[in-house]
Amino acid sequence: MKDIAIVAYQQSDSVSDAGAVNEVELIMPVLARTFEQAGLNSAQDVDFVCSGSCDYLQGAAFAFVSGVDALGAVPPIKESHVEMDAAWALYESILKIRMGHADSALIYGFGKSSPGELPVVLSQQLDPYYLAPLWVDSISLAALQARMMLDKGLITERDMAEVVSRSRRNAMNNPHAQLSGDISVDDVLAEETYLSPLRKADCSPISDGASAIIIATVEQARAWGLPYAVISGIDHCIETHNLGMRDLTDSVSTRMAANRAGMNTGKVDVAELYAPFSHQEIILARALGLDDSTQVNPSGGVLAGNLMMASGLSRVGEVFNRIVKGEAQRGIAHATSGPCLQHNLVTVLEKGENA
Amino acid sequence: MSQPEILNQSFELGYTYTRSTGPVIGRFMTELKKRNIVGIKASDGRVVVPPMEYDPDTAEELSEFVEVGEQGEIVSFAWVKEPRESHPLQQPFAWAMIKLDGADVPMIHCVAAPAESDLATGARVRAVWADETIGFITDIRCFELV
Repeated sequence: MKDIAIVAYQQSDSVSDAGAVNEVELIMPVLARTFEQAGLNSAQDVDFVCSGSCDYLQGAAFAFVSGVDALGAVPPIKESHVEMDAAWALYESILKIRMGHADSALIYGFGKSSPGELPVVLSQQLDPYYLAPLWVDSISLAALQARMMLDKGLITERDMAEVVSRSRRNAMNNPHAQLSGDISVDDVLAEETYLSPLRKADCSPISDGASAIIIATVEQARAWGLPYAVISGIDHCIETHNLGMRDLTDSVSTRMAANRAGMNTGKVDVAELYAPFSHQEIILARALGLDDSTQVNPSGGVLAGNLMMASGLSRVGEVFNRIVKGEAQRGIAHATSGPCLQHNLVTVLEKGENA
Repeated sequence: MSQPEILNQSFELGYTYTRSTGPVIGRFMTELKKRNIVGIKASDGRVVVPPMEYDPDTAEELSEFVEVGEQGEIVSFAWVKEPRESHPLQQPFAWAMIKLDGADVPMIHCVAAPAESDLATGARVRAVWADETIGFITDIRCFELV
């Protein structure tokens, strides 16, 4: 089986409202920078393209097709799409390469969440008979999860505020972050509750933006002469849609995916976790058994900017950046989908030999 | 450069089809219309409310219905200070996971209460029925403190 490597990653700024800029206009500059980084001209120079987006954000069926306009799909290209975070488009692209159908792929994700009411839009991904008609929003469900953690003594509000404070401070080094700053734990705790027990700072912001990655077989990456990080494992697992039947204080599916992806066969220097709410970062870190030897979310994570359908892919890109810069030898990237961390994907990245 | 004018057009998303709810969800909805709440026994014997068609652990088809109470206890709650337009209640309220009497798995619904401080995990609540029940989850208008 051919080893697969990441050779390029770019993300737009995470902004609260991109205004009149449409999805294609969000994607195009990111793709241009990604091609430039890889020394390629266009989508014609890769064997496969896969994107991740959500029609519900645009409010129209097959809205994702317009995203292809950003690629220039003539002459025809091999192209696919997932109605999920683009981390799952990465997964599809890896399968494509492993099947021998491609040696390289461009993956991009985009989301313009600002025009709608995102927490309410997300209510429509829930059980269509029992929950969607109640319009129970994503923040409220996360708040139920946080209260359960607090009630059971598994976390304190201070623990949650520490996650926020660290995110904001780490994000000061992330030029694309939407929220960053030297904010102390006490500053966070001084804020009133928003959707109790959550404070606004515990919730990721609403963001617009896009990100993209190029992957290739290690042979191809070397032929291109690019620095790369090897994807040594990737897997995803999902839990039941019935929130009452899940242990919301743990993330069983994350642990399972990480084990299957081979996370525990070596040291983890860095972990980028897709935790849209502060308490969820704690759940994930515990589910993965991470300790102080792992740097968690050096980018600030999604509390610093949450690009729907792209932030999972960006987690992979952030780990790639640390590895090619020599700051880490090995790391994991986590992506999530669904309410209260229902569906989770874990990618293991390693410094390539002779990279 | 001046900002371009943004064109707006109102759009209502609608579907021209109806879905059959089937023997499990349909039974639950029919019972709601009669102001009864039923759950279903999972493979391990746990009573799941609202009923699921398949066991999430074993994938076994489930069929043994169990009537449960219209009262229960709060397992967790989230206090909504500022209800959204789409929310079922327009005064401050709570979303809660409620374990009904006779059930083993909590369900999610809304709870009407005067203030957050009136609520607690473990508090007893009861279902408040809509004036007219039509076989929909919103036949339970909300829960209220007992």
